[in-house]
Parts: sequence; C-alpha cells; structure tokens
Amino acid sequence: MQVSVYRYDPDVDEAPQMRDMSIDLPEGKELMVLDLLERLKEQDPSLSYRRSCREGVCGSDGINMNGLNGLACITPVSQVAKRGKLALRPLPGLPVIRDLVVDMSQFFDQFEKVRPYLINDQPPPAQERLQSPEERAELDGLYECILCGCCSTACPSFWWNPDKFVGPAGLLQAYRFLADSRDTASAERLRDLEDPFSVFRCRGIMNCVNVCPKGLNPTRAIGKIRGLLVRQGT
Amino acid sequence: MAALRKLEFDGLIVGGGGAGLRAALELAQSGLKTAVISKVFPTRSHTVSAQGGITCAIASEDPDDDWRWHMYDTVKGSDYIGDQDAIEYMCSEGPQAVFELEHMGLPFSRTESGRIYQRPFGGQSKDYGKGGQAARTCAAADRTGHALLHTLYQANVKSGATFLNEWFAVDLVKNQDGAVAGVIAIEIETGDVVYVASRATVLATGGAGRIYASTTNALMNTGDGVGMALRAGFPVQDIEMWQFHPTGIAGAGVLVTEGCRGEGGYLINKDGERFMERYAPTAKDLAGRDVVARSMIIELIEGRGCGEAGDHVLLKLDHLGETVLNSRLPGILELSRTFAHVDPVRQPIPVVPTCHYMMGGIPTQVRGQALTQDEAGRDQAIEGLYAAGEAACVSVHGANRLGGNSLLDLIVFGRAAGLHIEQAVRQGISAREASESDLEAASARLARWNASTSGESVAALKRELQNCMQTSFGVFRTEKHMRRGIESLKGLRERIGNAHLPDKSNAFNTARLEALELDNLLEVAYATAVAAEARRESRGAHAREDHQQRDDENWLCHSLYFPDDERVAKRAVNFEPATVPVFEPMERRY
Amino acid sequence: MTQVTSLARSGLADFLIQRLSAVVLALYTLCLLSFFLVNDGLDHRQLVEFFGSASMRAFSVLAVLSTAAHGWVGLWTVGTDYIRPHYFGARAVVLRMAYQVGCALLLFIYVWWGIRLFWMLPG
Repeated sequence: MQVSVYRYDPDVDEAPQMRDMSIDLPEGKELMVLDLLERLKEQDPSLSYRRSCREGVCGSDGINMNGLNGLACITPVSQVAKRGKLALRPLPGLPVIRDLVVDMSQFFDQFEKVRPYLINDQPPPAQERLQSPEERAELDGLYECILCGCCSTACPSFWWNPDKFVGPAGLLQAYRFLADSRDTASAERLRDLEDPFSVFRCRGIMNCVNVCPKGLNPTRAIGKIRGLLVRQGT
Repeated sequence: MAALRKLEFDGLIVGGGGAGLRAALELAQSGLKTAVISKVFPTRSHTVSAQGGITCAIASEDPDDDWRWHMYDTVKGSDYIGDQDAIEYMCSEGPQAVFELEHMGLPFSRTESGRIYQRPFGGQSKDYGKGGQAARTCAAADRTGHALLHTLYQANVKSGATFLNEWFAVDLVKNQDGAVAGVIAIEIETGDVVYVASRATVLATGGAGRIYASTTNALMNTGDGVGMALRAGFPVQDIEMWQFHPTGIAGAGVLVTEGCRGEGGYLINKDGERFMERYAPTAKDLAGRDVVARSMIIELIEGRGCGEAGDHVLLKLDHLGETVLNSRLPGILELSRTFAHVDPVRQPIPVVPTCHYMMGGIPTQVRGQALTQDEAGRDQAIEGLYAAGEAACVSVHGANRLGGNSLLDLIVFGRAAGLHIEQAVRQGISAREASESDLEAASARLARWNASTSGESVAALKRELQNCMQTSFGVFRTEKHMRRGIESLKGLRERIGNAHLPDKSNAFNTARLEALELDNLLEVAYATAVAAEARRESRGAHAREDHQQRDDENWLCHSLYFPDDERVAKRAVNFEPATVPVFEPMERRY
Repeated sequence: MTQVTSLARSGLADFLIQRLSAVVLALYTLCLLSFFLVNDGLDHRQLVEFFGSASMRAFSVLAVLSTAAHGWVGLWTVGTDYIRPHYFGARAVVLRMAYQVGCALLLFIYVWWGIRLFWMLPG
C-alpha cells in the first residue's frame, strides 16, 4: 500500500513535503491508521506523531487522513484509503511543529478562555451538590469531549480567526458549564461570549459535527448558546 | 558539559494524571510555586481510560454503608499485604475527596434523589463480608476516569499551577546526601535539556503495563517514574504484583470495565456455561479480579475457550437491554463495535485476561514521602522525593487491587502528598543543592543514547522484552520459566545498553523518547522478574504453579527490591490501623 | 482589530441586526414581487403612485437602511475573516481599514441615494 506522509523537520527542511512510503498490509486483519503509523515508524524512526491510549479516549492522535480529520487509532485504514492510497497530514490550520505534530497552543488558549471549570458562589455542602438525573442528562453529549482538536481544525472560521473565535471545541465546553445546574456564573459566561467573534463567527457549516470522533454535536451547542444570548440580551 | 537551563519550584510533580493533578491542585491552591511536568498534555494521561468508577463509601445507594466495610473488602482483596493504616486512611478520607471532586464539577451519574450514582463492583461487600454484594463504586456512566481527569485539569486551570506540558523527565537529580533535588527534563518541542529544581519532587508517573505484550495500558505507560527511582538506587515494593484484568478485548487489549459485570453482565465459556459459578459460588463474576482472571485461564487451558483457537471467553451483556446499556455503558458499546466488531446489544464480547495494573511501586508513607530501608532494615524517608498513584506503593492494593480503588488511591494520596509538601515547605525545608557531577549523572543515559552510532533498534528490543514478560511472568508463574525469563532480561539489559538511536534531531523527536522509555521498561521488567522469582508462594495476583499455597509464615510481608545489588528484602506489612480493630489474615473466599 | 469597527460593538446585536434586516428585506421583496405579479403592464404613473404612498416610502427607506446594515455586518465579517496579517503581513491593518472605509462609503452612498430616490419622490 502507498502511504503519502507529510514530513517536516524544522531543523533540516526548508519546507514541508509529502513523502511516499510503501507498506505491506497483513491479510485478513483490520489495521487502524495508528497501527499503520507504528509500522511506518519502525521503517523510519524519525517519523513523529502523537499517540497514547490507542482506544480513542485520550485525544492525542488527531490527524488528517485523506482530507478528513479524525483519530488515527479508531479509524480503520480500509475506511479512509481510496484505491489503495492514503495521504496523512497534520491537522489543518495550526502551526506544524514536526511531521504530524501541530502546535495546539491556540486551541488550548481558546479552551481556557471560556473558563472551563465549574463556578459556584455558594459554599459547598458537606456532601455532594444534588442534581437530578434529568439535569445531569443535559451534560450528555458535552462532557465527553476529549480535546483532540479535530473539530476546531476542520472549521474555516477557526482557521481565519484562531485568536478570536473560540471554535467548536471551546464552545462545546462553554455550553457544558452553561448547561450544568450546579454552575451559577451563566450571566458572566454569556457576557464574555457576546462579542462579534467568540460565538458569532460560527456560520453553521457543521464541519465540526462531521469529523467529531466521539459523535458529538458542537453546532447544536453553539445554537443553544446563541439562544441563551438572545434570551439574555433581549 | 554545557550549562543547563534551570527552572526552580517549591513543588514539582512529574506526571499529569489523576494523582499528579490532584497533588498539583493542593499545592497551587496553597500558593506554593508549583509545576507539573507531563510528557503528554495532561488530559491525555492514562487516567482518562478508567471507566467503571471510583469506589468509596459515600452512602448513596445504601444509606447504611460504612467506610469500614470498604476497608475490610480492600484488606481482603489485597490478600492481607495491604498496609492497614494506609487503607484506613484511604477509605475514611475517601468520601471527603470524592465530594471535593463533585464540587469541582465532576459530572457523576445520578440517582433519582439527585445523589451520586453507585454501582456494584468486584470484591465489594456489606457488613464485613456478611451482608452480600455492595454497590459502592461512584460512576460517571462508564467514563469516570475521563470525567475525573478533565475535572482535575479544569480545576488546575483555575488555580494557576505552571504546566510544563510535553516535557519528558529523564532522571532524578540526586545529590551527595542522597536527597532528590529535582529532575533533568527534555522540552519535547525543542529538544532542550533543562534542570528543573525543586524542594520536593512527586513521582506521579503511573504504571508500566507496556512491559507486557498484551495490556490495557496506553502506549506511553512505560513506568518512567519507577525507572527513574530504580536508576537512582531507590527500592521498589511488591513489584511482582501485576493485575491481569479479566476483560480485555481479545486481540486488541482494550479494556472493558468490570462495571459490565457490576451492571449484571457475566462470563460464559464455549458451552455457554456461566463458569464463575463454579469458581466463586457466592460472588460469581464479581469475585476479586485475580480470582476471575485465573478461572478464565483455567477454562482456556481445559479446552472450554471460545473461537476457532479457543483463546478467549465471552462477556454477555445483551440480556441487560439496550436502554441500560446506552445509559450506563455507552463507552463500552463504542469500544466493542470498534475493536471487537460486535454489538454488545446483541452479541457477547470476546475477552481475555490482560495486563492492567501495577500494584507495586515506589514505597511511600501515607503522606506520600518515598521510603527506603537503612542497613538495619528500618524504614527511612528519602529527602525530597514523593510518589503518588500507580507509580507509588503506599500500599493500599497489596497483592490485588479492587476495581474502583485506583481512582480513589489517586485523589486521596495525591491530595495527601500535596498537603504534606505544603506543610514541609512552610516549615522551611531548604532548596537542596546539586553539583555539576550530580547533574551529569542524571543526564548520563541521555548522553549515551545521543552518542550511539550503531546497535539494535528500539522497537525490536521492546517487542522482545514484552514477549519475554508475557511468556514468563503472566497470570501463572513457575520457577523454571521465571529463571529463563530473568536470563533473557539480563541479555536484554546488555543489548539495550548498546542499542542505537538513529534520529538525533531536536524538534519533537519521539524516537528519542521511545528509547528513553525502553530504559524504564527494562528497569521495571527486571525488578518484576527478580521479585517474582523471590516470592515463593501464591498470593493475590502472584500465582505460582510450583508454590500454590499462600505462605503467611514467610511471606505475609512486602517485598522490597534493591536495584544496586539486585536484592529482594522483606518489609513488614502495617497491621495497626488507628481507629478500627485490625483485620487478621483469613482464607480468601468469594 | 477590535469590535470598535463592528456596527454595534456586540456580536449579539450584529447577529440580531442581520436577522432582523433579513426579515425586512424578505418582506420587502415579497411585497414588490406580489405588486409586480398582480399588476401586469405597469406604466410610470402606476409605479410612482405605488412607491409614492406614505407607507411604501417608509417601507422603502427601511429596506434601504436594512440593506446597508445587513451589508455592513456581512462585509465587515468577510473583511475580518480574510484580510489578516496571516495572509497580508503588516499591511493587513491598513488594507482592512481601507476596505472598511470603502465599504462604508459605498453603503453610505447607497443610503443617501436611496433616501433621495424614495423619500423625495414626487407625491
């Protein structure tokens, strides 16, 4: 099989290039793209990429496979390869550190901007704060985010304004706390999101929904935030 | 040697998983200058993979629940070599620590009354084993580790600790007085080597499941902290005790939570028989993990395995119904569909015992400070060094850990280490000086790899080490195989010492990291091998075919492996809980 | 680049303005469409009568203002998306200012002309 891999070592290469590597796939065994990368790395140990849990929960190995963002460890080669060819690139839109490794600082800066932690100004009770199963169900589809960055780096609005548009991942987190019955800072949170960029740069093209490896729906969360903003502001 | 860049902190935590983040939170909130070194962005740490929950007597499912019952279960589960003062501390402090997590925002599943949902897990009982199965594991669906790790990271974002993310700790800096003065670390993005000095260094580097070929552990679980401690000449405790989780997905090694059996799933062999009824008539599929794993292996050996090769058994969940599975075990459905190509709503999942957890580790006091022994065999605290979580052996898990106790261990002892360091720094421990030669010693292996010009490849050597451990130090162990394994490991030590790092580049060089990790794997594997061979009995997860009985006369104790002379010493187990009567060793039945 | 150059300094207001103006324009379009569909073979007198009624004058002016507001929010957004230092380096700020002044001027002319056209129709 022909695999074309984005290679760039800042100390050596003036510009990144796609380098072809060929590899024999075992018969009758399904490989994930990460398995493929591990084999390629045995051929050429200088190939760099992030990986850890290899089961789709740590969010390390978000890459672009034949044009589509996803996690290498839970994406079968057969699902993304086209006519025996596979091109592997780093997540688009972020600075590349080396090969498939991108600099995610902008992504995490946006994450931190939404104050991604519970704020409750009441003194905590001796036990847990109570929350009904229905209230807790509001957090489903939000708290599962693994911060892999597949969504935000598939979003043109994030490409254009990575410093100002919070991006789908950050906004999913923002709504996760807005939706939490235990959080008391909704008004402040919304005020921080009111500017023309943070939320309103979302154009609803749903690339984020299309690529999310956990099947989450940031666009819906963004819609809910907009709804809250309208309700608060009018 | 060129002058190293130096950073200085009051408290340095190596590892950004549950234990590290909990310790960091405690320190940062107290206003100390705190840093966390993590080789991955913290939310990528392996805590994220924990599924089933965190066991703790918060009395939600059962208002009469009692932390002493939890303590009893844990002592029994440990096969009586868990330290009872530490277990007492963990079980009694646990509720407070869990409520703190909830206050930080952890999205626990809930009961109808709005309290934290608790599910049954293996080895849990009411009323000191006399009241039947308990439901004591607090859960956020089957993503409790993910929820916990993200919540702790979020809390740290709020508290403002310094994060040195994607930095790799190479070795401890140990000065002439034998005290630890920080670590040598690599900033992965640039390849810069930095001396990170600290008054107190906490190793919270997690486990080393990657010493085995088949493991539920993440690719990065290479025992870096334990490797560093061993290279610094410090001992490790009970390192022969490795938990094999009964339900790893056959072939893939991916974990399927014990919560599946807690929710009512059970194991069947090729005849469709629920075989655990034979091995553990009372607890059945919820017996201790060591018991279930051994029973499964016996089924396979006796020819009742499933599949063409008869190499796995099946975990049946379909009778629980789609609604329960979707709400309680959504992550398991996802993993099974991806990695086993089965839909648990209709078909059973092929599972096999898979290396999961390192009960042993760096021996510590209850408050987290690392220990060694003086010449007379008395405990001696190591100045400047602490450990918490899976890397540590405090010891609450003894010879076998109960499901859900690892997350509790992380937060209770991560917090304890933080509290203790805060106290110590306030009382004025001075910064420990390290000389040029101390720093050079800590950078030696990095220099060795960087200077290598030829030799075997890291990947091939790693595979050989993992296969050796799998063959010789698996669920069942015998003298003959272990001896052979130790010889292989000696050979591997020689060869790894001469192995080659072809890529010497600076920017995000993962080949270099894998080479450094291989050193750590070797240290942990070798210590495991020697300690396993030395413990001539069967206890908990350590099952010897040539010594099938538990031997309380000789081995009701911790093993302590000293790397410098490859010696295994014994250390007394604590039988002195402060507030409850001691739990005397009994025969362990489920 | 801050919100200073956005119309209302608030994303929410921009968002609402854009949607409100869109509704006005949609209604205006419908109104014109139905007028032209119902009346076949119109002459100048009929047109002047139609656009010259007080309500239609107000509606037309409202539509012109809506076009301007809608256009401004959209064009400003496009400018801040594409005219960035990432593509244009240090010149980006100057270029964007020029672009915004250009857009503003254009829209102002539309408004001015539109008001003259519709408001000052012979009655």
